[in-house]
Amino acid sequence: MIATWQAPLKDGSTSEELLFAVDKKRPVRILILPALFDEANKLRRFTVQLMRALDQHGIDSYLPDLPGCNESLIPLQSMSLADWRTAASAAQTQLGATHVLSIRGGALLSPEGVSGWSYAPVSGAKLLRSMIRARTIAAREGGRAETSEDLMKEGRTQGLVLGGWPIGPEMFRAIETAETREDDAIISITQNDVGGAGLWLRAEPGENPAQVEALAAIIAANEGAVQ
Amino acid sequence: MSAQPAAGEEAQDLDQASAKPSLAISRAALDAELKSIIADVLGIDADQADELSEDSGLFGHLPELDSMAVAGLLTEMEDRLDIVIEDDDVDGEMLETYGGLLAFAITKLTES
Repeated sequence: MIATWQAPLKDGSTSEELLFAVDKKRPVRILILPALFDEANKLRRFTVQLMRALDQHGIDSYLPDLPGCNESLIPLQSMSLADWRTAASAAQTQLGATHVLSIRGGALLSPEGVSGWSYAPVSGAKLLRSMIRARTIAAREGGRAETSEDLMKEGRTQGLVLGGWPIGPEMFRAIETAETREDDAIISITQNDVGGAGLWLRAEPGENPAQVEALAAIIAANEGAVQ
Repeated sequence: MSAQPAAGEEAQDLDQASAKPSLAISRAALDAELKSIIADVLGIDADQADELSEDSGLFGHLPELDSMAVAGLLTEMEDRLDIVIEDDDVDGEMLETYGGLLAFAITKLTES
């Protein structure tokens, strides 16, 4: 089901953003914080298939677009990590989510105090490193010399386009040091638990029904275990 | 092999280099791990990855291996082999063939 939600903005206004939801008014309602930037492209299909699999397990789930992503009218470069954290927290309240499931870099946004899961969480520094490296390799192929060091400097001061995602300087600096949420209320699910290789590693967005089902089963099995 | 050959005794080939006590992983194990990383990144079967030989072309030969995938490959190598790959390490030779990549990984592991 496609709907919208109201994301709060820094200036006190809100932005209408897309919401994909499987909502049958069931007791377990999971807010999904998707993978970020380039990994978001590769895992979008996986994420939506996961929501359908959770539905089969009797679990509702919600995938709200963050301001600046996908169909959003807000320019991504104007967004900071703090803005996204505020948005994630607001989405949880608005949608009445009982749990949160973050995917990869989504764990950087997981709202404190809400229990749930992190699937293959990744630190901000690692996310950046991979995207910066892709850019230097592409530049070299194109006959231009770009070094990681210069790009990092540029990113911190002016922002940087990485994998087609224009990241503003404030967001860039915050991601550099951002760590995934780790506390007793969060169960970390590794790729080993799910089996096979993570789809974010692939060059192209892919799908893997076995991994989707394995992840949905892990969540359904210990939904009662997370407080 | 427990003892290192004396310096100058013979040219060290990769097998001997990988047998140094400081190197915790054998060449065969490294070969297997590298193939597994490539299979994971390219989304190909283990059997298909197994067929990679020293001369098999990588960057520029495999359509799946674009700059984003190479970046993913190198980051995954850093994670799973516990090495750090610098900008300057990345050159055409290292990425051109499977043998080049394997030799690079061996060098990195030997020097660390």
